[in-house]
Amino acid sequence: MRLSAGEIWTGLVGAFAVGVAALLPLFDQGYYLALALNIVLYAALCTAWTLFSGPTHYVSLATAAFFGLGTYAVGLGLDYLPFPALVLAGGAAAAVLAGLVGAATLRISGVYFVIFTFGLAELVRQVVSYAQTKLSTRMGLYVFTDFTEKHIYWMLLALTVLVFITGWLINRSRFGFAMQIIGNDETVARHSGINTARLKIILFMISGAFIGMAGAILAPRYAYVEPPSAFNPMISFLVVIMALLGGTLRLWGPLVGVIPFTLVMDFVSVRFPNDTSIVIGITFLVIVYLLPDGVTGRLEQLLARIRQPRSHAEPAAVKEPA
Amino acid sequence: MLRKMTLMLAASAVAVVAATGFAAAQDTLKIGASAPKTGPLAGGAAVTHWPNIKLWIEEVNARGGLKVGGKNMKVELIEYDDKTSGEEAVKNIQRLATVDKVDFIVTPYSTGLNVATAPLIARYGYPHITTSAATDNVPEFVKRWPNSFWLLGTSKQLAEGVADALAKLRNSGAIGKRVALVNVADAFGLELVGAGKPALQKAGFDIVYEASYPLGTQDVAPIISAAKAATPDAFVAFSYPPDTFALTEQAQIQKLDVGAFYVGVGTAFPGYAARFKDNASGVMGVGGITPDSKAIQDYRKRHKEVTGADADSWASATTYAGLEILGQAIERAGTTDKAAVIAEIKKKPFTTVIGEVNLADNVNHNIWAVGQWQGGSFNGVASAGIAGAKAPVKKDAWK
Amino acid sequence: METIVTGILLGGTYALVALGLTLQYGVSRIMNLANGETLVAACFIAFWLFTSYQVSPLWGLLVIAPVAFVVNWAIYMLLLRPLVDRAKTQGMLEVDSILATFGLLFMFQGLMLRGFGGAYTSYAFLAERFEIFGTFYGLNRVVAFVAAVLISSALYLFLYRTRYGTAVRAVAVNPNSASLVGIDVARAAALSFALGGALTACGGALLSTYYTFNASMGVVFTMKALIIVIMGGVGDVRGAVIAALILGITETAVARLIDPGLTLAATYALFTLVLLFRPQGIFGRQQA
Repeated sequence: MRLSAGEIWTGLVGAFAVGVAALLPLFDQGYYLALALNIVLYAALCTAWTLFSGPTHYVSLATAAFFGLGTYAVGLGLDYLPFPALVLAGGAAAAVLAGLVGAATLRISGVYFVIFTFGLAELVRQVVSYAQTKLSTRMGLYVFTDFTEKHIYWMLLALTVLVFITGWLINRSRFGFAMQIIGNDETVARHSGINTARLKIILFMISGAFIGMAGAILAPRYAYVEPPSAFNPMISFLVVIMALLGGTLRLWGPLVGVIPFTLVMDFVSVRFPNDTSIVIGITFLVIVYLLPDGVTGRLEQLLARIRQPRSHAEPAAVKEPA
Repeated sequence: MLRKMTLMLAASAVAVVAATGFAAAQDTLKIGASAPKTGPLAGGAAVTHWPNIKLWIEEVNARGGLKVGGKNMKVELIEYDDKTSGEEAVKNIQRLATVDKVDFIVTPYSTGLNVATAPLIARYGYPHITTSAATDNVPEFVKRWPNSFWLLGTSKQLAEGVADALAKLRNSGAIGKRVALVNVADAFGLELVGAGKPALQKAGFDIVYEASYPLGTQDVAPIISAAKAATPDAFVAFSYPPDTFALTEQAQIQKLDVGAFYVGVGTAFPGYAARFKDNASGVMGVGGITPDSKAIQDYRKRHKEVTGADADSWASATTYAGLEILGQAIERAGTTDKAAVIAEIKKKPFTTVIGEVNLADNVNHNIWAVGQWQGGSFNGVASAGIAGAKAPVKKDAWK
Repeated sequence: METIVTGILLGGTYALVALGLTLQYGVSRIMNLANGETLVAACFIAFWLFTSYQVSPLWGLLVIAPVAFVVNWAIYMLLLRPLVDRAKTQGMLEVDSILATFGLLFMFQGLMLRGFGGAYTSYAFLAERFEIFGTFYGLNRVVAFVAAVLISSALYLFLYRTRYGTAVRAVAVNPNSASLVGIDVARAAALSFALGGALTACGGALLSTYYTFNASMGVVFTMKALIIVIMGGVGDVRGAVIAALILGITETAVARLIDPGLTLAATYALFTLVLLFRPQGIFGRQQA
């Protein structure tokens, strides 16, 4: 595996950032840790979401369904299996669901996919509730473990790193190349012999698996798992908004969206608790009208313009647009 | 002339403010509250939870504040919306405890949110007086979180109360023994039916129809018509506010005439009586108030005056009582030290709007299980340990 | 028998919910995720008119429909036209409109929360018995069904029997060809969007007579509407009505005969079947 200088540099910077982030619990175990935990959670979720929705431009609203499945895997299995196995089980369950949904909807146009995933969390919630009703006398599941906030924080951090590495590997591979073609023009891809439907489904499953694992890791923090909160549609909406805000053209794009958005939302929910919906609405509108490729997209446009040979720099110093 | 008057008024205003400012040295007691203002449970919290906090604080501050040690401490509220999300709730508690550094935290609203935040509240050592959580796991929770107190009872108590009320009606000859039993497919509904079905069967009733439906179902006509087809004598639904209303309306429209009609949460809301008017008479539901209690009548009057809305007839009074207990415990302990206050809560009983409450083992054992609309008041007809129940009356046919 | 009548009544409800979106998506090509919010807003306004001024929701329609028309027209011209002009492909417009209307969804929800609070609201109007073939149904539902029939018929006549209506249908089929034959596509799109909004608002006002609603409920209605629109064939009013009826009957049958806990699952199963075997919907055309 040959790595370019740029990639090595990015890797080192990334590792450093992760190292610094991992030290946070040593300084604060209260509110700021909780805030950081939220940021890392959404960093993992949004990057995993972008793995699929970035290249394909399919807006997936299924995040809550995958997340909830992961949470439920832990809730149901805590008395029978060790925690790491449950995390993997949660990821697997989510991947299976992603596979089914993908098979049903990814062969046709993107709009059907969005609509289907829009109600998917509701559907899964209903089915899980139904199963619980029939199979037990309890709806909520108690998840009592010895994990504290900092353990969950570290686990999520590790998951985020894993998502990034996976994304990076995909981008470098033929798989990633094929996805790029599909994203640019699906008809061309199909005519080039790429099995577009199958690739999309596989990518969707990978993305879903990570989201499911995040849900599983969060289960101990909730302590009480019940369908309305595990399959809360807001999770899907927030992931979409943060990823799009950051920009889905790059793997680290969503991160640029997650951090400021989480901080702004926190600020707003503290000072204007009744107006959080309006803030979300305005952010969406800002994204659509001003930042169609997210903050990173806009930044890259600016950088490209700066590098244009409009200045008197020597021609040799001109680089191609990023 | 006008200018002189204005100047005089301004001067006296300044004097008054200065005078109160120089009054006995005052500290403020910071109290934090995190509960739904948005999300699925915002409606319930708006009726049962937030108004009582507002009422209690206004009343405490109106009489000068809580007397802690030698000082008068006025209460200052710091409130957050948890958006009915466990995650947000946990974050809010973190913030209240570590950033705002509040002296005490008001219980969150609803079973789920209370359980999600309980470990954290326990870790920070605050007294956690829950007033809107009804669950069978109370004994286990008390062991886990010795700082927690549970005032609303268990689902088992509530469900057995239903069997109790229905048995009373059967013994008086008002109804037969056929019962149609439905429940909302959610934690509360499941616990209630899990305890309710065996309790009804033990009391000699036959379950002739049973079904469960998802939370948020609006079209309940099929359920009512199926129940009607089973010719029941009593209809019992462990339901939540939107379906409580929907089931009642459908039962009225399809003329499901039974001698006993019970719908779950929401029956005790003032909005229920307002909506169904005469048809609400005779309907039973969760909760109930002590019919002839002066304390309750007084409380309801004050609630209406201060908050502009009616209290509900289930958890409202309990929520207020929880705050009364907190205030009285702080005053008794004479300090804002959390551990001392927790110890104080367990020591002696408290006098509250719901009567005397004894939390020696962290649990309030005396609750109203079933109430019935009788003459415009949602009177308690079946309880665990409270005297003064009215006899349940047979339901008239729907108008 | 009773199940079928209840199902048909429910189908009428769903038709009210979905007709507006059929026009907005079919003709204006806007996937309006804020559709449900328009509906809930109309519920609140009907409620307010009824409780504060004792105005029956049926008369209230005369106020609500025009207001919704104007508001939706404004939304289209100010917020959505720039996206239409900017989009290079149909797919891009869809994604953009999804995101923009998503933003509108939250804004409306936030405004309604501020205005009406988060509590559940309902009121009783015509909650009396109406007998059909020996069983009782809610008069409010029957009235809503009749209204749905009238509205659908009026819409059908407009679209299939008038010149302008045919122009609108042409835009739904293929905007490019439509502009080639001299139809003002932009105007038709704006008109359809506004009309769609007015229809949804009428649906909301009628629904409010028998549903319990709160500010956060819009999403539920949007979801159902989307499914019906796709199932019926995008842009086809007849398809939407038939899909709505099928959905209503299926849900009622499942609730009555199988288990009320599986209604949404049944809806989705139906939706999935349509997607797998006839993705263009009942009346849709096979896409290229």
